[in-house]
Amino acid sequence: MKEREKPVHGDDNPKPREVKRRLKATKRISRRKRLEFEEVELPLQVAIIGGGVAGMEAASVLAEHRCPVILFEARPELGVNVKNKYKIFPDFSDAGRLVETMTKAMDHPLITVNKDTEIIEIIREPDAYTLLDNKGVPHTVPAVLLASGYEPFDAKRKEELGFGIYEGVINSLQLEDMLREHKVLNSLGEDPRRIVFLQCVGSRDEKVGNHYCSKICCITAVKQAIEVKRQLPDTEVYVFYMDLRLWGQGYEELYREAQEQYNVRFVRGRISEAASTFDGRVQIKSEDTLLGQPLKMVTDLLVLMIGMEASPGTRKLGKTCGLEGPYGFVRSKSPHLEDNLSDKPGFFLAGTCKRPMHIAEAVNDGRAAALEIIKYLRK
Amino acid sequence: MTTKKHYWNEYQKEIAGDKYFYERSCIRQTFFPGSETAFLRILKEELGKNILDVENQHTCTGIGFYSDIVPLETTMTIVARLFSLMTEAGYENYVPSCVTSFGVFSEIVDLWEHQPDMLEKARNILLETTGRTFELPKNIAHPSDIIYKFREELKEKMRYRLVNRFTGKPLKVVEHIGCHYAKIFPDKGVGKAEFPHVLAGMIESWGGEVVDYPERRHCCGFGFRQYVVRANRGYSVANSKKKFESMQPYEPDFIVTNCPGCTMFMDKWQYTIAEMEHKTYDKKGYGIPVLTYEEMAGLLLGYDPWELGLQLHQVQSERLLDKLGIHYDPNEKYKSVSGRILPNPEKPQYLRV
Repeated sequence: MKEREKPVHGDDNPKPREVKRRLKATKRISRRKRLEFEEVELPLQVAIIGGGVAGMEAASVLAEHRCPVILFEARPELGVNVKNKYKIFPDFSDAGRLVETMTKAMDHPLITVNKDTEIIEIIREPDAYTLLDNKGVPHTVPAVLLASGYEPFDAKRKEELGFGIYEGVINSLQLEDMLREHKVLNSLGEDPRRIVFLQCVGSRDEKVGNHYCSKICCITAVKQAIEVKRQLPDTEVYVFYMDLRLWGQGYEELYREAQEQYNVRFVRGRISEAASTFDGRVQIKSEDTLLGQPLKMVTDLLVLMIGMEASPGTRKLGKTCGLEGPYGFVRSKSPHLEDNLSDKPGFFLAGTCKRPMHIAEAVNDGRAAALEIIKYLRK
Repeated sequence: MTTKKHYWNEYQKEIAGDKYFYERSCIRQTFFPGSETAFLRILKEELGKNILDVENQHTCTGIGFYSDIVPLETTMTIVARLFSLMTEAGYENYVPSCVTSFGVFSEIVDLWEHQPDMLEKARNILLETTGRTFELPKNIAHPSDIIYKFREELKEKMRYRLVNRFTGKPLKVVEHIGCHYAKIFPDKGVGKAEFPHVLAGMIESWGGEVVDYPERRHCCGFGFRQYVVRANRGYSVANSKKKFESMQPYEPDFIVTNCPGCTMFMDKWQYTIAEMEHKTYDKKGYGIPVLTYEEMAGLLLGYDPWELGLQLHQVQSERLLDKLGIHYDPNEKYKSVSGRILPNPEKPQYLRV
């Protein structure tokens, strides 16, 4: 992160000295009116980088507390990573509706949403930050929340699995689309006789350099396997796993349900390669490590449960801000009591830019970060 | 199955453009002697390249090294001596003919990069024992890399295409790369290890169609320990058989490989399987011809099939030559270099020739 004394600013953009003055004035007001501080509108916007569920929740909480927010989203839509899902575990609620509710909350007089806007540089000023967007516009703010999120692992990097090569090899997000459309079909457009899920694609994998667990894939595969069986009761479903990490509330129950009610078969073993067959299906090779036997199986669809990686924005901003943590995610001040703080005052972190999280965790983290920001601005 | 995108050709390695130092292969010279000659002819006559083929070279120790018979220090010294021949001749681009040599050289150079004390040791041993010194090559490329690099230039000079002249359709070609080409260091192979493009690129450029069959990446059946140890040879045949059975429904016109072991075993085991199980892998009982990439290139360039040494293969290639529209004289098939007619080899009982 660059640090400087005398920045160049646009006409409408407040100078850092002005930011400092107004911030001090706000703090004086808030001290005087300590009890009713929610009623005092802050004169300055807080910048949120990333319009995913963490960023949106933080924006919503900040606005509720009379704190104006400017939210930047690099993509043309908000909440894309969640929107790409059909139903979410463990209660099969509608992901689209969740994003819709959160997006509606952005329609608030104190929230300005800038879509298609990428922050390309962050400059640290005395008591302020200047963010430069891809249109060359500077935004000087007293506090920044980085919520630049994750991106799904690109399964092409596991070339032995044939993703991007064989029509029958798809990733878990493509299956979400098929489930949403109620069109889970094999590459020939027919109902699949068999579907195989493979866990840990891009997670816990030294070959691609990701040692960490993405933590949502185990339960996602269980959820998707049940959804497949609900839509296609005659399709055989197999899930290949290293070990199943069903840690959340209701997850273990769902895993039992998948086996007992839906006859989903779980095989402990990695798939070493996928190849096409003469009749347009996919041949997989694996080892059933519980039986100690190698196995070869033909399936109509091979679904790769792709993990979470730091998004390009997270990687870039983490690096330029000196907050780069393991695997391209950003590093918080401390994982226990200061997980929304960075080592730079006024610079906050929320959501999957730090590590893989499920939706509720990211939402809660955005909310927690908003309260930290309010605490910082009003102290 | 339909293929979405041939993205595996996206990875390209660095391949030197000229001034090559050529290192011969022990088994290639024995089993397909026409291939090395064809490679040198293609480089010198068709492409006008400078390639040096020196006399005083020797084994790379590959088979012994990978069978744990030859110790590392010996192999390092042998590699060092071959590099000293290159250095002495004023060359920097090393071209080992055999895929196993390519593996040995890549592995030893990588070892030296990571453990400079081992490089020092090799330099000292070589100096003490032979008085020679050497420089590391700037580029190590396999001959198949070089043919791949110039495949479009060669296409311009080719008289034939990989097209069935009776049907007008592309010939269906099974390609198989040697393990030591890209499976030790995927970065050292064009297209890397899982979907290598080195042979596929030649086939596609020259009009053929690559067969993508389920056991495409399965072992050819060579495997040093599988055939060196007699008791293990059953594994070797079983692996080859698995591949043949997997490719059979696609009715491939021929197989092309870039490793002497793959060429030899996929060719010769077809005879063995025919003798053991009375089974062949083409409809008419002739088997599937197995060519080296130089033989494939040489045929398309119009070189005489018998000069290329196709008669030395187990599965005979006349039916393939007919499909390609290549003229050949059956009377010249078993003729020595001096013009003497050699006796015809004995015919196998089950594999038709």
